[in-house]
Amino acid sequence: MNFSIAVKRMIFLVVVLGIWQTIYSLNIFEAIVFPSPSTVATTLYEGFASGEFVEALGASFKHLLAGMSLAIVIGTIVGVILGKSKQADETAGMYLIALQSIPSIVWVPLAIMLFGFTEFSVIFVVVLGGTFVMAINVRSAIQNVSPQLIRAARTMGTKGMELFYRVEIPAGIPYFMTGIRLAWAFSWRALMAGELLSNGPGLGYSLSYAQDYARMDQVIGIIIIIGVIGAFMDHFVFSKLEHTVRKRWGLLR
Amino acid sequence: MFLQMENIGKTFIDQEKQSSFEVFSDIRITIPENQFVSILGPSGCGKSTLLSIVAGLENTTEGSISLQGKEINKPGPDRGMVFQQPSLFPWLDVRGNVTFPLRKRLSKQDADNHADRFLKMVQLSKFKNHYIYELSGGMQQRVAIARALAMDPKVLLMDEPFGALDEQTRHILQDKLLDIWQETQKTILFVTHSIQEAIKLSDRIIVMGTRPGRIISDIPIDLQRPREREDRNVIELEQHIMELLKIEINKVLKEELSDEFQHSS
Repeated sequence: MNFSIAVKRMIFLVVVLGIWQTIYSLNIFEAIVFPSPSTVATTLYEGFASGEFVEALGASFKHLLAGMSLAIVIGTIVGVILGKSKQADETAGMYLIALQSIPSIVWVPLAIMLFGFTEFSVIFVVVLGGTFVMAINVRSAIQNVSPQLIRAARTMGTKGMELFYRVEIPAGIPYFMTGIRLAWAFSWRALMAGELLSNGPGLGYSLSYAQDYARMDQVIGIIIIIGVIGAFMDHFVFSKLEHTVRKRWGLLR
Repeated sequence: MFLQMENIGKTFIDQEKQSSFEVFSDIRITIPENQFVSILGPSGCGKSTLLSIVAGLENTTEGSISLQGKEINKPGPDRGMVFQQPSLFPWLDVRGNVTFPLRKRLSKQDADNHADRFLKMVQLSKFKNHYIYELSGGMQQRVAIARALAMDPKVLLMDEPFGALDEQTRHILQDKLLDIWQETQKTILFVTHSIQEAIKLSDRIIVMGTRPGRIISDIPIDLQRPREREDRNVIELEQHIMELLKIEINKVLKEELSDEFQHSS
């Protein structure tokens, strides 16, 4: 990263913290609903030091990993079917968009009624959060394979299943990577929605627990953790991966 | 005959509009082994379609093609094709691209050795572990040529392979292609719209006209290679072909201009 960009970002953060501290010092709001930056920082530190947040994070990542893996597998299978079969796409393709447009929190009551207040409910919501976007991208991956590459492969006597796994699948990897990045983003949101209404453990559960005990410092602290992890994973893991793939595939200069 | 096209016709049928378009009909060409044949014509004469048919990527609507007496109706490794776009696989390195058609028949070791031979021929040995995005357009096209040759096809089909390259690179690759042709003794069917390119390279030029697509002339070239552009014989030949194509190009222009007129009115 460019040094001057890093500096600008640091300054911005300092300014935001400064405004926060100023409003706190003016005593407009009661300290219980408007904690100071340092209180939140202390809470964060204590949360990690006591292992409370670490445990919650561990549980959340367990749900996420299970849910996202399932979402990627199911989404890929559905996407390949819709991408390969015009019949299937004409029949079911539109419903995929409809399902994708449903916010994941909507699935929570359904999950609770089906599976009760269990971790399985949370995973179920995560799966629904990531599957559709994955399926949509895998479908694009299959449908957007350059016809020219297929022609070239055919002149070399490649056809049928061999054409599928030696050309269509690798040609679709960039879309697949975009699918995974978006599946992560949607799964992460779904995870928090699911955990908020669960019986724990998990980061979302810790958040609703903090709310029940009117611990605004914890609420803000956990929101910060959620945001930081989301940004970190997107920026340093998924975007990087996607960029590397797109570069190799000649999709950017 | 080695490669024989008998009364080939191609008509595209648009089922939605219930209309059809005849690209060409009654094309007869026979090509002996080792000959370098160019197919020259204005856009729309169906020269690329004809090449796709020989490649087996498209079917004829009339007539038939045979290679060494065997009828062609689908793609096969006996015909290697080089397109205007290099059409390489970006997920494979240079060598991986060249071994792509070989992996079914040969072990990895044998395929690699075989590929290296052809990469040497197109002078890309140093780049065998590079990925496609790291290569220039001219280098990519050389990989595509190596890939087509590595299958050891009986015929090399080339569809305006140098059309997207800059002047300098084009000349270098034309010379390179002549060297390769002399070394490998392949039969080459080369589609182009450049008269100079056709004269420089081929043993024989088949000139096609348009609307409807048909052969208007079949010209053998007996000039010594290398052929210089300033050579009197070359210039005469160029003018002769230009004359032949003038009517055809005017036909296309007239149609395009009248289209314009109709659109604007």
